[in-house]
Amino acid sequence: MDIKALQDELIDEFSLFDDWMDKYEHLIELGKSLPLIDPSLKTDDRIIKGCQSKVWLHSTMEDGKVIFTADSDAIITKGIIAVLIRVFSHQSPEDIVAADTGFIDEIGLKEHLSPTRANGLVAMIKQMKLYAVAFQAQLKN
Amino acid sequence: MSEPNTMPMIFDVEKIREDFPILKREVNGKPLVYLDNAATSQKPQAVIDCIVDYYSNYNANIHRGVHTLSQEATDAYELARRKIQNHFNIKFAEEIIFTSGTTHGINIVSNGFASILKAGDEVLVSAMEHHSNIVPWQMLCKKTGATLKVIPMNEDGVLILSEYEKLLSTRTKLVFVNHVSNALGTINPIQQIIEKAHTAGAAVLIDGAQACSHIKADLQELDADFYVTSAHKMCGPTGIGILYGKKSWLEQLPPYQGGGEMIKEVTFEKTTYADLPHKFEAGTPNVAGGISFGAAIDYLNEIGFDAIKAYEDELLAYATEKLLEIDGLKIYGTAKDKTSVISFNLDGIHPYDVGTIVDKLGIAVRTGHHCAQPIMDFYNIPGTVRASFSFYNTKEEVDRLVSAVSKAQMMLS
Repeated sequence: MDIKALQDELIDEFSLFDDWMDKYEHLIELGKSLPLIDPSLKTDDRIIKGCQSKVWLHSTMEDGKVIFTADSDAIITKGIIAVLIRVFSHQSPEDIVAADTGFIDEIGLKEHLSPTRANGLVAMIKQMKLYAVAFQAQLKN
Repeated sequence: MSEPNTMPMIFDVEKIREDFPILKREVNGKPLVYLDNAATSQKPQAVIDCIVDYYSNYNANIHRGVHTLSQEATDAYELARRKIQNHFNIKFAEEIIFTSGTTHGINIVSNGFASILKAGDEVLVSAMEHHSNIVPWQMLCKKTGATLKVIPMNEDGVLILSEYEKLLSTRTKLVFVNHVSNALGTINPIQQIIEKAHTAGAAVLIDGAQACSHIKADLQELDADFYVTSAHKMCGPTGIGILYGKKSWLEQLPPYQGGGEMIKEVTFEKTTYADLPHKFEAGTPNVAGGISFGAAIDYLNEIGFDAIKAYEDELLAYATEKLLEIDGLKIYGTAKDKTSVISFNLDGIHPYDVGTIVDKLGIAVRTGHHCAQPIMDFYNIPGTVRASFSFYNTKEEVDRLVSAVSKAQMMLS
């Protein structure tokens, strides 16, 4: 599936919940089901520093696609990571760089996009795109 | 000095809440429960009116104008200084420097001491300081070659005074301690700390930011060399605070900023500085802030600090008891002398997650390291959830907090 289709799928999935509690419970479940990152990859240089919760993000490239793995010490943050990984992992660097992130708003997690939330979501998206840019450059060489 | 209203009035929290327009609003569809008072307090109508009145009726630049508006504004600003003087029982009004807040005050002092300290000198800082009372001193030590030493605390979040005494020596030049810890609520025994420092020949700066809304500090009795605080923690506006310094110290310290208002005479060869307090008040001051800081002090004294303390102690005891009924909830900061602040975590749950859920339920608490990372390192935790209560909070709000935290625990475990 391409990024757009994955985003639409998430929008549909989250639209099933009317109330914020169900939505957050779903997010928490997604966080819990996020495959665990290899502990050896939870190093300081892989930390994306939000003010409050830590996020470790690791990326590799396989067959022209970027693979992201990540973890966080906060479960809601981890749920958000799970959403991002579902959308951006296993995609080509070009698609990741070009992707729009408006779907975050549409699934009702807009408040997490505000920099004052300090959960590193904005930094996380930026870092994913930066990795994609780096892989893109690698491919060209 | 006595409070304007020495007869204790009956503490009617519902009536007091009427004074705070913001308490009527809703957050996420629920009535706001504001429990982030240690970060900033809400403002009563009297303070809001004072700001509006200033800008509507007598806004002018102060101190040098001969016109009527300027004189009215100057009088009101200087009256506010005298209100602050009375409130803190300060000997001379010129010992009060208006600042932009606590951090500014600390920086005036640390900058001033750069020309006094030398290599080999020592400065002591407590283990429970806010970053704003750590970083300026680290910068000062780097500049002067002085050494920063830390007064340790125990598991309850209480400073270990016997260790403090061991650290004091003839090399100690300065001691910095907060009156109340922002992350733990501990009320530090500053009277003893000051006495011991003075015996060793060291000066003391007390960071009163967290204390001033709960405790009326008598600065002559305490004999502190410097005391700093912010108006916004005590129902006043943001962007204004005070540095109190003993006259002898303030005269000795060099000015922090050059500019208008702080000079006596300027030629291109030489400038002579103005007398206190203007030496440290360069530029056009925050006039509206100063005047409404005075209004906030009037407001608090009308309620009375004894009444405030008694009510907040009751809230603290109630909230502590109710929160501890939640399985797996641990409170950090269990000193006997505490202000109404509860820092806690739920076993196995990140404080950020708790804060997020609780906010969804209309409750404002703070999560994170509260700008006191050394405390979090001490307890080996990423942060805490901090609920801080004010005299306008109620037991019903405590109940809503407890039920929200329980709900968060259910969702997050």
